[in-house]
Amino acid sequence: MVYLAAAILFVPLAKKMGLGAVLGYLLAGVIIGPSVTGFIGKEGEDIMHFAEFGVVMMLFLIGMELEPTLLWRLRSAILGLGGLQVLISSAAIAGLAMLLGVKLNAALAIGMIMSLSSTAIVLQTLNEKGWMSTAAGQSSFAVLLFQDIAVIPMLAIFPLLAVHAVQTEAAHSASIRDNLPAWGQTLVVLGAVATIVIGGRYLVKPIMHIIARTRVRELFTATALLMVVAIAVLMNLVGLSSALGAFLGGVVLANSEYRHELESDIEPFKGLLLGLFFIAVGASIDFSLIREEPWIIFGLVLGLMAVKALALFCLGKIFKLSTDQNLLFSLALCDIGEFAFVLLSLSEQSRILDDKMTGMLTAVVAISMAMTPLLMLFYEKLVQPRFTINETTEREQDQIEEHNPVIIAGFGRFGSITGRFLRANGVNCTILDMDSDRVDALHNLGIKVYYGDASRYDLLAAAGAEKAKVLIVAMDDYEKTTEVVKMVKRYFPHLQMLVRAKDSQDSFELMDLGVLHIYRETVDTSLRLGVDALNMLGMRAYHNHRAARTFLRQDELSLKSLSAARDNKKEFVSALKDRIAEMEQLISADKIKTWLDEGEGWDSSSIRDEVKGEPE
Amino acid sequence: MARVMIIFAHPALEKSRMHAHLVPMIRNMQGITFNDLYEKYPDLDIDISREQALLTKHDIILMQHPLYWYNAPAIIRQWQDLVLEHGWAYGHSGKALEGKYISNIISTGSQEKDYRQGARHGYPLDHFLLPFRQTAVLCRMNYISPYTIYGVHRKDKSDIVEEVQKLRSMLEVLKAPDFDLSTLDTVTNLNELIKAPVQTS
Repeated sequence: MVYLAAAILFVPLAKKMGLGAVLGYLLAGVIIGPSVTGFIGKEGEDIMHFAEFGVVMMLFLIGMELEPTLLWRLRSAILGLGGLQVLISSAAIAGLAMLLGVKLNAALAIGMIMSLSSTAIVLQTLNEKGWMSTAAGQSSFAVLLFQDIAVIPMLAIFPLLAVHAVQTEAAHSASIRDNLPAWGQTLVVLGAVATIVIGGRYLVKPIMHIIARTRVRELFTATALLMVVAIAVLMNLVGLSSALGAFLGGVVLANSEYRHELESDIEPFKGLLLGLFFIAVGASIDFSLIREEPWIIFGLVLGLMAVKALALFCLGKIFKLSTDQNLLFSLALCDIGEFAFVLLSLSEQSRILDDKMTGMLTAVVAISMAMTPLLMLFYEKLVQPRFTINETTEREQDQIEEHNPVIIAGFGRFGSITGRFLRANGVNCTILDMDSDRVDALHNLGIKVYYGDASRYDLLAAAGAEKAKVLIVAMDDYEKTTEVVKMVKRYFPHLQMLVRAKDSQDSFELMDLGVLHIYRETVDTSLRLGVDALNMLGMRAYHNHRAARTFLRQDELSLKSLSAARDNKKEFVSALKDRIAEMEQLISADKIKTWLDEGEGWDSSSIRDEVKGEPE
Repeated sequence: MARVMIIFAHPALEKSRMHAHLVPMIRNMQGITFNDLYEKYPDLDIDISREQALLTKHDIILMQHPLYWYNAPAIIRQWQDLVLEHGWAYGHSGKALEGKYISNIISTGSQEKDYRQGARHGYPLDHFLLPFRQTAVLCRMNYISPYTIYGVHRKDKSDIVEEVQKLRSMLEVLKAPDFDLSTLDTVTNLNELIKAPVQTS
């Protein structure tokens, strides 16, 4: 209860302050932990073990999002970038540790432990900020994936580093493979992986089918959970990382038709457990240790993170990430991951590291994890805008020369079509985009695209907003869109805005902001598809064409009247209910029987009736 | 054997009485190209090269449409504007259509007696078709007075079936292997081609 209450209290608070949910959880953990208020004590560690399951679930979900083909496409990034990252970081950190007078085997262990990054925190944060699809996000993901895989050999190497080989038994007591000879161990591991792959391919579908037919929703959830738990247990049994197993299970199920069912069933559990995990991390920070030796600990944190960031930055350069994306990449991955806790406890058991060192390193890891969201925040608020200014002022000169009548903000899948169309018709556009890699790619194609955030006054001014006639707002990010609209309304009122909206909800808000030209992104395509369907059914093409035009007009009218009605309603009506009621009103508006016959002159029946009434 | 193409224009065939019955009959006929403009170009975006290629491949071109406001439906005008290009269809070097025969297949709501001086429409139907006639001249084509179905407003089901049969026999004459194109120079209009009117039971 304490956990939930803390989460409810701190997460919205952190979000309000723009810190992100992860930091909120961590903060909650620190506050309720033994060091500050002491609501929770030693049981925090048990909770940690329980909550680690959230990480397992997250990897299962990540696996499910990943189709094997995508995985294959990322293979060079995973192996190259990920492999080099682990190697270089491990070597660098181990070297430093040796310089500080740590023994070789311990230094190696520390190097390996500290080279890992936190999958949970980084992915969660990247998702939250919507950076997952950027080049940095993709690279980070590849590296994290490799690290998760790399944990397995590390688990195997650690006992070898141990001074007293006897101790290894303790670490692996749960695993059945220890009693087997080497080839048997390999066989067991392969067998387990094969079980997951084959089971996922051929067993899950019929089972899901049977369960789907019972139509009991809870059963579905139970099955999904059982599946994840079973995979985790199986993996533990053969001594592999359960997170990796879950990931594999997810990948196998990525093509299954029950994928979305499974996803939505596991999602809430994942969220809760992951939250718990973060709280536990926060709670496990031993402040007394920090108080005793603050300089050493913070020195270590900063030193480690600096070394990792440096290594990552060099790698990013080698793999041709642009500077700002590279910074995001290095900052995101320079923390130390949750696997470090597992590995640390293992190395303590194997006597590679002594108790004091372990305690200190645990604190270091926890602090570095807590720093990640802060670093991301730092990136978002300070680094990103700086690059926006830098890269645009560099090119300000030719923008002012250009004086294009049209500015396009956002050159993704939507804006690029509009932009190409205008270019094809000889209209020059000044194009602004937030994805620096896309900007560079387009530059190479000879298209002038400027990197930057269109919601910033100085950037739009540099892009020639004073002289332009039309601003096309075609960004993916709806919040940015509203920012741009508000800013333009205020500072460039002469600009005619054509604004992309995702759905009717967005359109309503844009209407409230006084935008006159709103384009819901899927309407035209859906109607075109509908027209083709009618054509295939053998209805007259010209009728269908006109019907679609009429429908569009009708729909926009309905939307406008709905928008007017909406303002009178209270805010707290359920959004979903609202949406359904809207849909109902729209559909009933479609039913007006005469909507296409109205005022149509061709072959009207009235003239026929009139003629028939006349004498021959 | 004369190659016959019908260029069909009806913006609301689903509401039509006469053409809805004529069209299936024509579509089922072998050896006649049926070019349904509104179906092909619902957005009036006419494919000029396709249309010109079709014209080149045919000897007799028949524009089939209802008469709206003493003219053809809008897409026929659009078609003329875009397809009959200068330098291709007319002008010094525009000889692509030279010697071809062109005419209309027209349905009117009113009866023939309404197309007379002093009657409701004031002039014979042929007068209203003057633009078609002169267009043909400019394109070095031969214009034949149209095949006309008068008084569609008053026609009942059996009348319509009869009209379908009549048009079929006219088209059969045109596409017959032994049909001599010069016959077209001798008739006053296409209706005349039907030698023995079809008997209705």
